[in-house]
Amino acid sequence: MAMAENNGSGRRKSPLLPPVLVTILKTVGSVIVTMLGLTFVTFVIGRVMPIDPVLSIVGEQASKSTYDEAYAALGLDKPIIVQFFYYIWDVLHGDFGVSLLNARPVAEDIRRVFPATLELATIGTFLGVVLGVPLGVIAAVKRGTWIDQVARVVALVGYSMPIFWLGLMGLLIFYGILGWVGGPGRLGIFYEDIVPTVTGMILLDSMLAGEWDVFWNATTHIVLPASILGYYSMAYISRMTRSFMLEQLSAEYITTARVKGLPERTVIWRHAFGNIKVQLITVIALSYANLLEGAVLTETIFSWPGIGQYITTALLSADMNAVLGGTVVVGLIFVLLNIFSDLLYRFFDPRATK
Amino acid sequence: MTDMTHKPTLREWLMTDTPTSRRHAKFAAMYTGWLTLKSNSMAMIGLGILVLLVLIAAFAPLLAPHDPFVQNLANRLQPPGTDGHILGTDSLGRDILSRMIYGSRITLYIVTLVALIAPIVGLLVGTVAGYAGGWADTILMRITDIFLAFPRLVLALAFVAALGAGIENAVLAISLTAWPPYARIARAETLTIRNSDFIAAIKLQGAKPLRIITRHIWPLCISSLIVRVTLDMAGVILAAAGLGFLGLGAQPPSPEWGAMISEGRRFILDHWWVATMPGLAIFTVSLAFNLLGDGLRDVLDPKDGGHG
Repeated sequence: MAMAENNGSGRRKSPLLPPVLVTILKTVGSVIVTMLGLTFVTFVIGRVMPIDPVLSIVGEQASKSTYDEAYAALGLDKPIIVQFFYYIWDVLHGDFGVSLLNARPVAEDIRRVFPATLELATIGTFLGVVLGVPLGVIAAVKRGTWIDQVARVVALVGYSMPIFWLGLMGLLIFYGILGWVGGPGRLGIFYEDIVPTVTGMILLDSMLAGEWDVFWNATTHIVLPASILGYYSMAYISRMTRSFMLEQLSAEYITTARVKGLPERTVIWRHAFGNIKVQLITVIALSYANLLEGAVLTETIFSWPGIGQYITTALLSADMNAVLGGTVVVGLIFVLLNIFSDLLYRFFDPRATK
Repeated sequence: MTDMTHKPTLREWLMTDTPTSRRHAKFAAMYTGWLTLKSNSMAMIGLGILVLLVLIAAFAPLLAPHDPFVQNLANRLQPPGTDGHILGTDSLGRDILSRMIYGSRITLYIVTLVALIAPIVGLLVGTVAGYAGGWADTILMRITDIFLAFPRLVLALAFVAALGAGIENAVLAISLTAWPPYARIARAETLTIRNSDFIAAIKLQGAKPLRIITRHIWPLCISSLIVRVTLDMAGVILAAAGLGFLGLGAQPPSPEWGAMISEGRRFILDHWWVATMPGLAIFTVSLAFNLLGDGLRDVLDPKDGGHG
């Protein structure tokens, strides 16, 4: 969250390289260190798991020699630090090992499930931005009025409500009682396997294939989980937009613009809003990252075959490689989005560059 | 306000502009803060809910109409209001209201432990990093960044998976994911305090770093940490409920609210109350923490208006 205040210690100016390049190099360095640490943490977690990975491959009945063979094949006889470097080496080559459950490469599984999560989180963020930004701006402009109170309540509820419970209530009301939306899963059972997988995102794939029935069915299934994620995104984005706008609106240049006789719409949208765009993009990037995480619980509720469900299923069946792979991928995306928003901030907001 | 009495009333003593002792000044500041908080009706509602929660947890055996663990399969999945079961019964015929009342103890247990562990770890790491500076600062903050870079829930999931499911491990996992923001706050505070004149004065008097950190820096970090703790508790409750919901937190038959929702999930379309009621409890308590946290921020840290 507070990445923007990072790097308080590195302040010496290098005369050899242009400052932009220095920033980039520093960022790349910190990404590498963070990623190494992240993989190390997941690696350690995986190694202290109270489950014997060898047993889950060879089975309870295996002889001692079979066991030892598998033990050595997994590299478990090497010192743990060597195992870690093996692991890093594999990860760098896009190899997260083989799932202990279904013997498929974890990387392949993740590639297969990830588009479902991406689709869900993207639509969720889109809804959050489209609703949250105007709500935040209006709440700031009409501070203290009923609409500001509405925005406040929306945000408070979003910060306080368990997302899986909201999902269940949504299913109960909109699927169980009203029947307005499709139930759990990405598609109704009659629409499965009609559309060839191109991007892995059903909405896109069905559009590309021209299968509008499938498209419509997929829409009825995604609308509820995406709205629920979108609500959380909206709560966060509207709150941040409001506080950014309040800061701008109290600035003197706004008074000047008003005194000049500019129409209020220009003052608000061109002057004040124009100045919070960069901050907003960083907030949106963060909220996108948070949605990828929020997807873990939402996907469980909606039986959405994305990375969240993949990780939780793997967890409950103690599929170590799958858990580690999933965690590293989610962590990597998280870090990259963080860095991305941090960089945007640095380059577009001159106040942030020290 | 000025009566002709010479002996000040308690209120006057608290409102004084000229405190007579250090303790007096402290009480006066606390009283002024309390007055500001009291005028914030939303924060008071939050505080009221939390006081109520503590009372419910304390007097659970007296308040619960039924035993939360006794199963009665003949009486399963009764809708709210059926003979003495105000909120109905669950799939094993247990009284939902009684289970929720006992569940408040688990919620308080988790919240209290995390509220103790995470800020203390963060305070230690942050003040040491901020005061020591140099490579210690770099290393500690790098570690903090790594933990911050993780999506919290996923990290907690992985920890619980490694440690084994259970409520203590859930507390540990949540604390392990919750300390980095405290470390950052404590470090930032330390950096501003470190260079102030009064620290220089204490140093000249011969104070050692340990004394400076524990006696002079920690007390000044506390107020911003308290605000953060209160605001964080809502997230902690949601995380604990999420872990319970996934079956990684409190184990059955424990009446943990998240686990109760998970039990009711299978019947959501036919027997809505089983999952709905505990969710309302989670929502109410985390809302209360958010309301109180917002109010406390206005009292203790008036400069910042945003959330998160």
